[in-house]
Amino acid sequence: MTPELKGFLLLGLVKAAVGFGLLLLGVAFVTWLERRQAAFHQDRLGPNRVGPFGLFQPIADGIKNFIKEELVPADANRVLFLLAPALVFTPGLLLFAVIPFAAPMPVSFDFTLPLLGRFVYDDAMPMMIANLPIGLLFVLAVSSLGVYGIVLAGWASNSKYSFLGGLRASAQMVSYEVALGLSVISVFLVAGNVTLTGVVEAQQAKLWYILPLTLGFVLFVVSALAETNRLPFDLPEAESELVYGYHTEYSAMKFAMFFLGEYAALITMSALMATLFFGGWDIPFTSWDEGEPSVVASLATLIVFIIKTFAFVFIYIWIRWSLPRFRYDQLMALGWKVLLPIALGYIMLLATAIWLLEYFNVEQDLLYGLILFVVNLPVIYVLFWILDSGRLVFGHGLQRRITS
Amino acid sequence: MAIEVTVVRRPERNVSYLRASLKGMALTFQHLFRKKVTMQYPEEISEDEWSISPRWRGTHRMLTDEQGRARCVACGLCPQICPANCIKLVPGEDEEGNRYPLIYEIDEFRCVFCGYCQEVCPEEAIHVGVHYENAEYQRERFVYDLERLCAQTHPVSSLWDPADPRGE
Repeated sequence: MTPELKGFLLLGLVKAAVGFGLLLLGVAFVTWLERRQAAFHQDRLGPNRVGPFGLFQPIADGIKNFIKEELVPADANRVLFLLAPALVFTPGLLLFAVIPFAAPMPVSFDFTLPLLGRFVYDDAMPMMIANLPIGLLFVLAVSSLGVYGIVLAGWASNSKYSFLGGLRASAQMVSYEVALGLSVISVFLVAGNVTLTGVVEAQQAKLWYILPLTLGFVLFVVSALAETNRLPFDLPEAESELVYGYHTEYSAMKFAMFFLGEYAALITMSALMATLFFGGWDIPFTSWDEGEPSVVASLATLIVFIIKTFAFVFIYIWIRWSLPRFRYDQLMALGWKVLLPIALGYIMLLATAIWLLEYFNVEQDLLYGLILFVVNLPVIYVLFWILDSGRLVFGHGLQRRITS
Repeated sequence: MAIEVTVVRRPERNVSYLRASLKGMALTFQHLFRKKVTMQYPEEISEDEWSISPRWRGTHRMLTDEQGRARCVACGLCPQICPANCIKLVPGEDEEGNRYPLIYEIDEFRCVFCGYCQEVCPEEAIHVGVHYENAEYQRERFVYDLERLCAQTHPVSSLWDPADPRGE
């Protein structure tokens, strides 16, 4: 191995350790945030005893979960039952690997270790764990893996509630996968690139995609809620009807793994929203962070990225503690009858608009964004009209059927 | 017989999912900044907002006379009436013929806090107290002896609401 390759590998290991460490820290923080924020929405205080503001509560919870007894139901499929929590947990972590979380940081070292030899690296290090050329496609591929863990958990538990939860999860996640993929296609269309670094660079050079792709963002948020099984789409869990669905039979740390997986997915989805539609780590209204890579710029953009991500985490939690759960047919109707056709029509409209804009040689700047925003408006109107006219809640044509 | 179905045609603004959701979200957002109702119990005990009833029947207290002796005359009525059989009383008598308790113990684990002991006491000596902080580290500590019963300082229960004419 050349010293350069070894330096690259070493850096990769360090990035993976630091990146996943940060993510897990974020997961612990989100478990605390969810409980505190839920309490605040309900005029309570929430956990505030362990450490300052109760910030060490996740540690206490973790210790508790580790020393609790692990139960495996007698008729459970043991191998799959033990495998499922890990399968739920990993996709959330894996997704984070391709998200750039800060501006490139200049790194240079040249040292020799006994036995291992010389390590050399001297370049701007991209601040993501794996700079995959397939970026967003990897996101789509891995995010759909999460369903396997849930289905296996539901099946292997050998309990009717878990099984129902698993079935619901598979149907729901497969349905909303379609809308999620289609909403991401709108980003492909404008960025002309599938790597997330490419998407971020395109946004910081010109404009954030929230303006030209408003509806794409709305679709992404709704399907991301469904993908991560959060309220109002938490039918696989549905504590009031399915006794927490697929994790009914789980206990101790395996039970906690499902939650860690859910929160990891929550963070990565929020990070994706920030990356795809809100400029990633780009600091708005300035351009100094886009120039020559420096450590200061890198850290500043990291902070900005964390703020953007947690703004979406806040909204996620806010939605969870505000809205009631959908009925199952409403969920399916929303996915297949509303989001899918709207997303398809939107992409056709958007592609046409982009083709026309390119035909007339309009630069990707504010004007471009405004024109595409105007293109968004009628589709947004249609979506909101459908949601607003009570079809979703009542079911299409239900009223008519009763009267006739 | 056909079941009659009334079809209510609600106006659109009442059945809209979107408007209702946004309204709900706005409401929960306002609640973020409301005053929290949580009373942080061990540190703050809000007397004005939250207090227990004067009729509360908690752990016992023995009242004492001017010399600091228990008012109890060891008549034996309270162990007699106690439905849980949790009072242990051994009577004694001094040179002047005054009866007093040699041993007076109440097992607070057995006690059902009915308050009959207070009701039956002719000397108004034993009382159930308006008190709820009873935690201990050992089970044995829940058998209160005479000394401990006399040392309690918390207010005693009134058993009946004085304002209620049907009381007693």
